[in-house]
Amino acid sequence: MKSAVITFPGSNCDRDAVIALQKFSSKVQRLWHNETSLDNDLDLIVIPGGFSFGDYLRSGAMASISPIMQEVKRLSQKGVRVLGICNGFQILTESNLLPGVLMRNQKIKFICREINLRVENNDSDFTKKYKNRQIIKIPIAHMDGNYFAEPNTIKNIEDKGLVAFRYVDENGNVSDDSNPNGSIFNIAGVFNESKNILGMMPHPERAVDNNTGSSDGNLMFESLKSLF
Amino acid sequence: MQIRINIALKKAVLDIQGKAIEVSLNKNLGYSQISNVRQGKFVDIEINETDQENIKNIVDDICDKLLVNKIIEDYSYQILKN
Repeated sequence: MKSAVITFPGSNCDRDAVIALQKFSSKVQRLWHNETSLDNDLDLIVIPGGFSFGDYLRSGAMASISPIMQEVKRLSQKGVRVLGICNGFQILTESNLLPGVLMRNQKIKFICREINLRVENNDSDFTKKYKNRQIIKIPIAHMDGNYFAEPNTIKNIEDKGLVAFRYVDENGNVSDDSNPNGSIFNIAGVFNESKNILGMMPHPERAVDNNTGSSDGNLMFESLKSLF
Repeated sequence: MQIRINIALKKAVLDIQGKAIEVSLNKNLGYSQISNVRQGKFVDIEINETDQENIKNIVDDICDKLLVNKIIEDYSYQILKN
C-alpha cells in the first residue's frame, strides 16, 4: 500500500500518522501543502490532526484551499482512499469532500481523553477488520469537534449508513454522557457516499501501541492494508 | 474602498460562546436586562475597486469560498467611510 501524509503549516499529528502507517504501508510519502501534483498510484492519503493555519478564521478553512487539496479532490474522485483525522476531518468538511461542519465543543472546553467508539459500519475499506458494533478505545484531543449538519443532510447520512463511528459508553450505549463535544447523534466520524473518504475526530494513529493506552486503531490500518 | 464583512452564526444555530458571554453579563456584571447575546466576527478588507457590482461579486465569492461557512453562518457587508 502506497500512502501519503500531508503537512499544512500548523499540522502536528503528521509524524504520528507516518509512524502508524509505516507498520502497514510499504511506502509513506510526506507531502507539503503547496504540492500541486501527486502520484497517481497513491492508495491512501492521510490528512492529519493539528492546528493548520492556527485554526484561524475556522478550523480547516484555509487549509481547504491550499493547492494540494485540488489534487486530493482529483484523486478521491478516482477512488483513492482519503483519511482525515481531527483537523483532517475539519479540512475535509470545509473542502466539501464530506458533508457537515465541525463546530466548537458544546462545553467550550478542549477535551483530551480516551473515549469509547462504536463501529457503526464495518462495510468499508477502513473498518472491515472490525466487528460490526465493536466498541473500541481511541483518544480524542480537540476544541472544535461538535459535528453538525442540516436535517436533510443528517437524514441522508444516517439512511445510507454513512456514519462510521459514534461516541458511546463502555456498554456501547449512545448517551449524552458519552458524547464529549455535543455532536449531533453522537457522530464521531462519517464516510462520503462512495465510502472511499473517511473523516473522524478521534485519533486512530494514537491507538496503535498498548504502551500509549490502546492498540484499537491497528485494525483500521490493517483493514486498509488488506486491500493491497 | 474599505469594506467590512460581518459574519455571524445563523439564528437557528446555538451560539454557545454568546451564551457564555450572556451569563457573565447577567450574573457577574448584574445586567439582567441583557439577553440574546450572539458573538460574531468581522473581516475588514481594502479592495482596489469602485464599481459596486464588482465589489459585491468579489465579496460574495470570497465569502462563499473562504470567509463564511454557509452551513452555520450568514454574512453582510458595508462600505466603511474612506
